[in-house]
Amino acid sequence: MLKKISWWKYLTMLLLLYTLLAGLLVDVPNMKTGNLYQTARALYFHVPMWFGMSILLLISVVNAIRHLRTFNKVYDYYAEASAQVAMWFGVLGLVTGAIWAKFTWGAAWHGDPKQNAAAIAMLVYLAYFVLRSALEDPEKASRISAIYNVFAFAVYIPLIYILPRLTDSIHPGNGGNPGFNSYDLDGNMRKIFYPAVIGWTLLGWWFSTLLVRLKKIKAKQENIQYTKTIEVASKPQIQDTL
Amino acid sequence: MLLLGEIKGLIYKEIILEWRQKYAFNGLMLYIVGAIMIAYLSFSLHQNQLNPITWNALFWIILLFSAVNTIAKSFMQERANRLLYYYILASPQAIIIAKIIYNILLMLFISFVGIGGYSLVLGNPVQDLPMFVGNLLLGALGFSSTLTMVSGIAAKANNNVTLMAVLSFPILIPMLLLLIRVSKNALDGLDRTTSFNELFTLGAMNLIVIVISLLLFPLLWRS
Repeated sequence: MLKKISWWKYLTMLLLLYTLLAGLLVDVPNMKTGNLYQTARALYFHVPMWFGMSILLLISVVNAIRHLRTFNKVYDYYAEASAQVAMWFGVLGLVTGAIWAKFTWGAAWHGDPKQNAAAIAMLVYLAYFVLRSALEDPEKASRISAIYNVFAFAVYIPLIYILPRLTDSIHPGNGGNPGFNSYDLDGNMRKIFYPAVIGWTLLGWWFSTLLVRLKKIKAKQENIQYTKTIEVASKPQIQDTL
Repeated sequence: MLLLGEIKGLIYKEIILEWRQKYAFNGLMLYIVGAIMIAYLSFSLHQNQLNPITWNALFWIILLFSAVNTIAKSFMQERANRLLYYYILASPQAIIIAKIIYNILLMLFISFVGIGGYSLVLGNPVQDLPMFVGNLLLGALGFSSTLTMVSGIAAKANNNVTLMAVLSFPILIPMLLLLIRVSKNALDGLDRTTSFNELFTLGAMNLIVIVISLLLFPLLWRS
């Protein structure tokens, strides 16, 4: 028996199915004449990763602030889980970007400001996980990492959205290079791009909720274990000599 | 103004403490001079042979490491009991502002000793010196405000020095990139309007970091 699942999960599956089929099959502009050939399809897979990552990190920081205000453990689970999923989105974004760059720019790592900024952003958030694991007391860990989370987000925004725009960049949509808008004359790409962004982001949120459930179960398990050890310890011991 | 009084008192205390245990301060001076000598000797150069890009990058890297080492200890010197004592005496805002201001003073000192020693052995190709010094001031401000907060966080994790480096380097990179770019412009003596965008962003970033530190430090402090 399948458990009933919420409507937005069906929507996610539908949108991603549509993204996969339409993204790989529908014609892209400049397909036969331009030198980009099929690489424009990266728009449906690479770009949504960064949208998804940013949205998940926003969710993470909002939950970190809620945790700091209420000290409710659940908000911390959400903050950590969405940051974890955001990291995977970041990894996928870097990999898909590198594949695209291999064909368009000629090298997988071109040292473009946007590529570098994304890598630094990953380092900032990986430090968040290191900090989490360095703190032994779980209460303290969730609290201090929430503080760092807010700090990291304040660095992430200028890093991703302001700095690459100050430099010359060959990334599409930056430094005078056209984004997809100028090629997308009949609006076909837009019809796939926006559903793709929503679909991937919802998928990320779905993963986060699963991770949160896992964390809750683990916490409960630990609690049971803990009470058991206390019970055992508090029982009067029967002496071996008897 | 209670807050101002507290801040003044705390800065005064920091300076006195530093003065009493001179080894930390002297160690710092030796650290930066040693780093400059290492850079000079490992490039095995005579004066003025480093190209400006390398000169610039090397200078900022030395400054970055000195800054991390200096400010890392801003919460580590304090023993737990003494921290509890401050907790009773002063508001957390006063403590973080005092620490930031004190660290800015320290960083300014380091920057000027650094640029002095660095120019002495490696030459000084800077063409627009006022701009370069202004950028140095902004850098000192940014480094010390960011690192003060990070050192507060690292201090909660048993004063872990590795953690301090891991947390602060990626956060400082955006600031460092902007600083390097502006100081490169100053090195080449470019028109000052070319750096306005970067300077504005730097100022904005400093402001964001300070405001966030003010908001978050009370939470960190209480735990």
